[in-house]
Formats: sequence, structure tokens, C-alpha cells
Amino acid sequence: MTEPSGGPAVSSPPPSLRRRRRDRDIVVPEAEFTSYYGAPILKAPTWEALDVAGYLFLGGLAGASSGLAAGAGLSRRPGLARVSRLGAAGAITVSLVALVHDLGRPLRFYNMLRIAKVTSPMSMGSWLLSGYAPLALASAASDVTGIAPVLGQAAGIGAAALGTGVATYTAALVADTATPAWHDAHRHLPFLFAGSATAAAGGLGLLAAPLAESGPARRAAVGGAAVELAVTEHLKQTIGLSAEAYERGKAGRLMKAAEVLTGAGAALAAVSSRSRLLSRVAGASLVAGSVATRFGIFEAGVESARDPRYVVVPQRERLEARRTTTA
Amino acid sequence: MSRTWVTLTSGPEPTVAEDAGYGQAPARKGFFTDTSVCIGCKACEVACKEWNHVPEDGLTFTGNSYDNTQALGADTWRHVAFVERSVPPALDHDGGGLVGSREGVQWLMSSDVCKHCTHAACLDVCPTGALFRTEFGTVVVQQDVCNGCGYCVPACPYGVIDQRKEDGRVFKCTLCYDRIGHDQTPACAKACPTESIQYGDLDDLRLRAAERLETLQAQGVTDAQLYGESPDDGVGGAGALFLLLAEPEAYGLPPDPVVTTRDLGRMWRDVGLAAVGIAVGLAGAFAGRRP
Repeated sequence: MTEPSGGPAVSSPPPSLRRRRRDRDIVVPEAEFTSYYGAPILKAPTWEALDVAGYLFLGGLAGASSGLAAGAGLSRRPGLARVSRLGAAGAITVSLVALVHDLGRPLRFYNMLRIAKVTSPMSMGSWLLSGYAPLALASAASDVTGIAPVLGQAAGIGAAALGTGVATYTAALVADTATPAWHDAHRHLPFLFAGSATAAAGGLGLLAAPLAESGPARRAAVGGAAVELAVTEHLKQTIGLSAEAYERGKAGRLMKAAEVLTGAGAALAAVSSRSRLLSRVAGASLVAGSVATRFGIFEAGVESARDPRYVVVPQRERLEARRTTTA
Repeated sequence: MSRTWVTLTSGPEPTVAEDAGYGQAPARKGFFTDTSVCIGCKACEVACKEWNHVPEDGLTFTGNSYDNTQALGADTWRHVAFVERSVPPALDHDGGGLVGSREGVQWLMSSDVCKHCTHAACLDVCPTGALFRTEFGTVVVQQDVCNGCGYCVPACPYGVIDQRKEDGRVFKCTLCYDRIGHDQTPACAKACPTESIQYGDLDDLRLRAAERLETLQAQGVTDAQLYGESPDDGVGGAGALFLLLAEPEAYGLPPDPVVTTRDLGRMWRDVGLAAVGIAVGLAGAFAGRRP
């Protein structure tokens, strides 16, 4: 909390806000920021960062890896296929454990499948995972054991199809909340998550697959990273005050780390096709970048829910603008 | 009449209980909290705790005027806010006439509660169906179903519902579902000594609120304003409306809340596009030359 609890209820906007304002045409009088003793208006998510931000990363890695695995299988790149299948199976297994662990009543996890509800991204996600996880596990099991290769391949293609949804629905999961930094980014997060997931899956391929088969992983990594970096930059420039939540404090440091790791990883991936070592470094950097991105986004949301400024200032501006228009 | 996605997730929705599947529903019930007559006695907080068996939630000293309760939460379903702040010299009113000026402290009290929104984000995002719409148009958690996923917590644009850590499940005001089903007034409204908290049919309460606002404005209380009364607002109108004497944020209320599900159609569309984008991108990654 930025204000002392006994402090005045009315304060002027912080300097950074003023700076932001000067860049725009001022159509409404500058709103004075008022709060109730600086107390939060919203409730921050009850979710544990390790469970849920961890899942945002792992779910993305798993989903996109299944896509990479299917492509590798069809194009006869067995090394890349195995790495991606095992990566997807491992990531989704840890994800399911994390998601159940994060529940207030883990023993009631099965209530997630009591209903199917399109207004709840978590409900849709539960059904998606119920379809995806068995297919991803079957695909990996078939690859490792050599049992039922045709069925394994089919399961892998099914996992690839559902995996694209697993990697992206989590954007709606966090954006469909009142948390300012998440909701205000709802136009960006689906594409940002798609980029981040693809970069992570490509990164895993570079990290662990044979160099000779790593071409598609390399291209996926570079393309995904480029999308992630571009969408993140656009997000910061267009979502208004909530952008500050992505630039300050712990979230700001994580997002900066993500930018550096993803950018450097992609650049290295683009030029390291002849070096096994450099490819591995690039892959590790990309995977780490995706982790930092997801934890950064998670922390930005938490911070924006804790600081009433992110709620009051944009809403007050919206109100005043509406009044100016009607008057 | 068939209802589209849009009318069910944002905008005015006059038949909220019927839309939730009740064939014949009683009139929608709600609260009107008229803060101009609130004396800050906190009888509502106590009555709510007693009737609903809500556990004690900490005895902290905040230094924030007379408010040590702090905020609504899993164990606080009514919260009396105390706004104590310096105000510039202002015209006073006495019996409807303006007499002289006054300088000093503005002291406002308001009993906050769950808004029982027309478009309740908590309910819409709940993946288990634990949160449901009652026949009275109110929003209630079924405690035998809730698995503590916590999705409703960040979904609420008012920061009302929260998780009881030691229990794992979420809790909030039920508008005394167990009382109103037996024609009993909810505990808080029943205990309120000044009728600051009024319970009744939402349509009646909206009329009462409009009349009260008119009276106060005629008396020169220009800061008086209604909050949550309009079906055209961001949540399709609240089931608990307020008459406030200052801007909503001074009481810790969001000035212009919008239900998050208003944008969900667009979010799903973008998720679909992004998913297709991954598929196309990966296909492209394999389209290159074989080594």
C-alpha cells in the first residue's frame, strides 16, 4: 500500500501519472484521486503464484509442445517428437497437481466437472484439460513404450488440436476478472500467451532435441518470441494506467527479465543452428523468458488489485468523460 | 423471448430470476442503504454476524476514524465505512434554507454490503455452479458445492466476496436467504435503528431512493447521489443500492464498475484466433526445407 493508513483520503496523482497525462490531449479536467484511507477496493486473487502463474507457463508449454510434437511426428523427426511429447505430458501433469493443490477444498476438485459453463473460462478450461491431458499422456506413453504407435500418433494429433486451446484459454481465465491489469489487457493476452507458449515449446525443443531435427523448434521459438515481445510492447502503450502495473515493482522486474531472456534467446536461436551448445543456451533462455512473462503478468494483476488507484482513476475518467459528452 | 449472450452478460435485464430458469419468480428483492440517516452504530454488522454465524475476523486497530472492521470479506458481510475528512468552507443548510458557512470535518457513514448484481461476475465465472441466482434475484454461495477455486474473488468489481483461509471456501452476504424465504426482513435491515438500511422489492426501493434524492437535493444537499440504482450501469443495476453523500470512491466503492463478462464474447473470439494462430504458426515452422 502506498499511502499510510492514517493519511488523508484525498491525494493528487503520483508524478508518473501526470507525465502520462501530459502526452495526451486533455479532454476532461484532471480527476483528483480519492480513496478510502488508501485501502484496496478489489480483492486480490487468492491464488498462489507458484500454482497459478506456474500453470499459466506449464499449460502454455504443454499445449504448444503437443503441436510441435504432432508436426515432428508427421515429418519424421522422432527426437523432436519425443522431447515435445514428454515435455507436454510432464508439464500438464504438474499443472493438474498445481491446480488441484491451489483449491481451497482440493478433495472437491471433481466439482469442476459438475457443470459446463461458457461464461466461466475456468469451467471451459476444466473440460479442455479433461480432454487434453489423457491424450497428451497417451501420446507420450506410446512413444516411450512403442505400444500402439498408430493410436499414439492419433492421440498426439488430438492433443495438438486441443493443446492450442489449452495454451490460450488461460488468457480469458485471467482477463475475465475485475483485476485491472488483467482485464484491461484482455485484447492482448490471448495473443501474448500464444506467443509465449510457442516460444517456450520451441525453446524446449532447442534445449533437448537433436540439433539436426531442431529446425521447426527454432522457427517456432523465434516466431513465438517475436509475437510475445511485440504484443507486450503494444499492451504497455495502449492499456492506459494499468500499463504501470507491468512496469513497476516486482512485476516490472519480472517483465523486464522476460523481455531480456526472450529477446536474447530468440536472437541466439536465430543464429545457432550449427551449435548444439548455443542452441541449448537459447532454448533455456526462451523457456526462462516464458516463465518470467507469466509470473510478471500474474504479479501485475495482484498489484493492480491492491492499489485503488488502478480502479478509481480510469473509472473516474470514464465517468467524467461521459458527463462531458452528455452535458 | 429468446435472450442473446449480450443481454445475459451486460445491460438491463428486468427478469433476472426468470432468465435463471425460475418459471414464476417472486418480485426481485434488494437493499436500499440511505447513508444520509446512518449513524454509524454498526448494529447491522453485529446482527449479520449473529444471524449468519459469521466468525470473528480479527480485532485490529486501524486509526481510520471509527472503522476497525476495514472492508467487506469472507467474515464481514456488512461493513460500516466512516469517512472523516477536512472539508473547505461550505454553505450549510437548516430546514431547507441556506444559512451561513461552516468549516471543519466531514463525517460520513455508510453500511456497505454485497450488491447482488443483475450481472454478477462472481456467479458467471463460478466453474462449479456453487454460486447461484435465487428466486428473489439475489446471488448466494452453496457451501456444500464450493471447492474454493477462488475465481469469484478477483471477478467481483466491488471486492466483496473472499475466501475464508482456514476453511478454503468463499463466503459473502446471502441477503439472508433463509429469512426472506419466510417473509422475514434480513438481519441487518431488521436491526437498523434509523431505517438507513431498507429491504424490499427492488422496484419499490428504486422509487424510494429517487424520492429521497429529490428531497435531499431540494434541501440543498447537492453532494447527494444514488449509487447502483440504474439498470443501465456497468453491472445492469445493483440489487443493493445506496444514497451517498460523497463520491463513491471516498467510501471505498468503485466509481464506475463494469462487469468483466461484458467483454467475454470478444475474449473467447480472440482466444480462438490465437489458438488458430499457434496451429498456423507451427505448421509454418514445419514448412521449411528438410535438413
